Amino acid sequence: MERLTTVATAVRPPLTTERRRHLAAATFIVIGLINIFVFGVLAHAGDASFELSLASASVKIPVIRVPAAPVCYALGVVAVGLGVLRETVPFSRLAKRLAIAGVLVCFLLSLLCWADAGAIPLNVIIISQGTFTESIPLILGALAGCLCERSGVINIAIEGQLLFGAFTAAIVASAFGGLWVGLVAGSLAGGLVGVLLAVFAISFLTDQIVLGVVLNVLVLGMTDYLYDRLMSQNPNYNTGITFGSIKIPGLSQIPIIGPIFFDSTVFLYITYAAIIVIQVALFHSRWGLRVRAVGEHPTAADTVGINVLWIRYRNVILGGLVAGIGGAYLTIGSVGSFIPDISSGFGYIALAALIFGRWTPLGALAAALLFGFCEEMALVLPTVNPVLPAPIMNMAPYVATIIAVAGLVGKVRPPKADGQPYVKA
Amino acid sequence: MTETPATGPDPEPASTGSAAAQPAEPAEAGSAEAGQTGAGQAGPGKPAGSRARLTGAVIIQAITQGSSTVITILAIFLALVVGAVLIAFSDPVVTKAWSTFFSYPFYALTQTWDSVSFAYTQMFEGAIFNPSTVSAAFHGGSVAAIFYPLSSTCAQATPLILTGLSVAIAFRAGLFNIGAAGQWVGGAIVATWLGFGVSLPPFIHVVVCLAGAFVGGAVIGWFVGFLKARTGAHEVIVTIMLNYVMYDLLSYLLSHPTMLQQPHQTNEIAPFIANDANLAHVGGPPPQVGIGFLIAVAAALAVAWLLSRTTTGFQFRTVGASPSAARTAGIKVERSWILVMLLAGGLAGLSAATVIQGTNTQLTFNSYGTYGPDGITVALLGRAKPIGVVLAGLLFGALHVGGTYVEAATLGQVPADIVQVLEGLIVLFVAAPALIRAVFRLRSTAGTGLEAVAKGWNG
Repeated sequence: MERLTTVATAVRPPLTTERRRHLAAATFIVIGLINIFVFGVLAHAGDASFELSLASASVKIPVIRVPAAPVCYALGVVAVGLGVLRETVPFSRLAKRLAIAGVLVCFLLSLLCWADAGAIPLNVIIISQGTFTESIPLILGALAGCLCERSGVINIAIEGQLLFGAFTAAIVASAFGGLWVGLVAGSLAGGLVGVLLAVFAISFLTDQIVLGVVLNVLVLGMTDYLYDRLMSQNPNYNTGITFGSIKIPGLSQIPIIGPIFFDSTVFLYITYAAIIVIQVALFHSRWGLRVRAVGEHPTAADTVGINVLWIRYRNVILGGLVAGIGGAYLTIGSVGSFIPDISSGFGYIALAALIFGRWTPLGALAAALLFGFCEEMALVLPTVNPVLPAPIMNMAPYVATIIAVAGLVGKVRPPKADGQPYVKA
Repeated sequence: MTETPATGPDPEPASTGSAAAQPAEPAEAGSAEAGQTGAGQAGPGKPAGSRARLTGAVIIQAITQGSSTVITILAIFLALVVGAVLIAFSDPVVTKAWSTFFSYPFYALTQTWDSVSFAYTQMFEGAIFNPSTVSAAFHGGSVAAIFYPLSSTCAQATPLILTGLSVAIAFRAGLFNIGAAGQWVGGAIVATWLGFGVSLPPFIHVVVCLAGAFVGGAVIGWFVGFLKARTGAHEVIVTIMLNYVMYDLLSYLLSHPTMLQQPHQTNEIAPFIANDANLAHVGGPPPQVGIGFLIAVAAALAVAWLLSRTTTGFQFRTVGASPSAARTAGIKVERSWILVMLLAGGLAGLSAATVIQGTNTQLTFNSYGTYGPDGITVALLGRAKPIGVVLAGLLFGALHVGGTYVEAATLGQVPADIVQVLEGLIVLFVAAPALIRAVFRLRSTAGTGLEAVAKGWNG
């Protein structure tokens, strides 16, 4: 009996739900206190003003003015209150998530109130547009990871897929003068890295973490080399053409929502489609049930007649195609011309977003948007409020992620068979 | 796949040898380390003649079945073959010759051979040994020049070995440390500050800076381990994020003269560290090898000792093999995570010290280079074993030196980027022994591949 209890206490997971609750509540309260004592106290005395329409919009919405400091205080009190509630009242799953969302919204709003120094109103529309465009490669990269890892193959090669997609899209679009050809080629290039990942991981049973890192190194070396050989000597291969924005007729006229969601390059619409399709396919279809079965327990899936290796091959390559589109965005969707290492770590951030979002498309979307927003704020804030030095502002997205991961998300559970090659017995 | 009992009795005599060369999973617990430190070489109490025959059989078997050493050599060879294609493609003479391949096939082949062999010879002469220096030494030249290439290789390898060890030790405890770059920056900041901001007697200054760099990196590593242990935050996310945080912190510190910036500078650059904080050099000025290399080798030996001969190291490896089993056995898993990340960070910090105090003598925003990411590939190629990491670091150091040399020798025709492709291919092929066996028609052994170095997200 004594032995049993010692084993039971030893095996008990170290992070109890109780501990988790304390941690979440404490994080809420800390964020609330930051709202009050950092943003509230440092906010300027007057009103914070927000513009909710673009200069070109046909329907103008009046600029919203709120007293900066009192709003920060109020939002801080709300966050602290949520923290106290979280500690004392048992929350359901949904309530927990809503509480996290509420606290984050309070934080963002008081950040905006503090940031606006009053002279120039902050344009919420431009910030939102920026958030979405910054997030596109991250969302698509994380979705690619989601497709791979739900079927049980770890994908660290997202970075390489983005980079190769970016390179190929730029060179093909420039050489053929066709953006759509470039988009397709970029996607296929990501898919090609996916093929390599699949062949080595699934058929040659290579360690998948090694493989991902190596593919990133290889793609970086190859694109540097090809950039040297082809692009820098021949500017015709790197003309820098980009997609223009497409206004969805009707929808783009809606105030606030229109310019944010329905006035962008084709990449944003592809991203919407990818999120919806992958979320529905993975969690509400037989297809997805099979994929998840293969990722959780391949032997059981095999027993009921699912072809494990085929599903893994298919998903890894599909993931590569999706990430390739994200890579294409980096060149022909935004800046146009390719430069060496243009993906500059986006793939690793997408990987973090995937883990942060608990291997679900919607979770990854939320994580990617958080990054996108912080990156956008890092770009915008120095122009409106030059108090803080730029490098410190640039840290914000990463610090925010660490706080969110440590304080709010905690331990995540990957698909059970993620990273384990399947060998038929 | 063949049944294990059927092949069981046959390779019995080779088991000591192959265990030394290719530590299989069961050997992981104990004999793997003994094997690679060279202790398990001689079979006890065997007659001399049979031992010689045994050695012969072991070597033949190693070659035909592909021991891990043979696989590594073949992987390097295969990578060089693929690299040759890139080199040939870079040479306009060769591409022109191939355009007339059907009229003059022989000419195309000889041109390709000339171009590729020239590039690789240059690489070898730049990184390892240049025969012309020997004859020059006989004719009154410098004798030290003979060792110049090797010395540069060791100097290049030094920081790679240390970041490689940082990644490797974390791997052994089941953690993936992508954050060697951030920890490197942490170490570099402290080493630089102690280097120019404090005045101390010569020898003590060096030691204080080294210790400071270790602490600077260790704090960053500790933070990762602490968050994982206390909140469950995944180390991959936290290390990636901390890398960016540290880059931005470095940029901030280097752009403020009150912090680390050199006075009267607009660039992100720190003052030179004091002369008495510099690590001594053996052969001459900075591209030459210095005490830093000895520090790297000593660190590798220390890590090898820690992992194979101490309780702490045993706990690391047990946690790495299975955290839940380790917890059941009474090992404090969280404590191991924190401690191993602290050590990993410290090693990455030491890597920074060898660069700042050894070769660069001053910190700039670009100092961190690619030591962190390279550390991952070095650790993977060295299979997360300290001695393997040293060898892998030397190989990568040689490739870096050779790459720069060949780029200069061919006037930029063969870009140094090729080296990165070579490095990637080598690690890829080493990690996929099944591919190497298929290409070189080696008989497959019972094992499906080398032991897993890195574990997945499930820890």
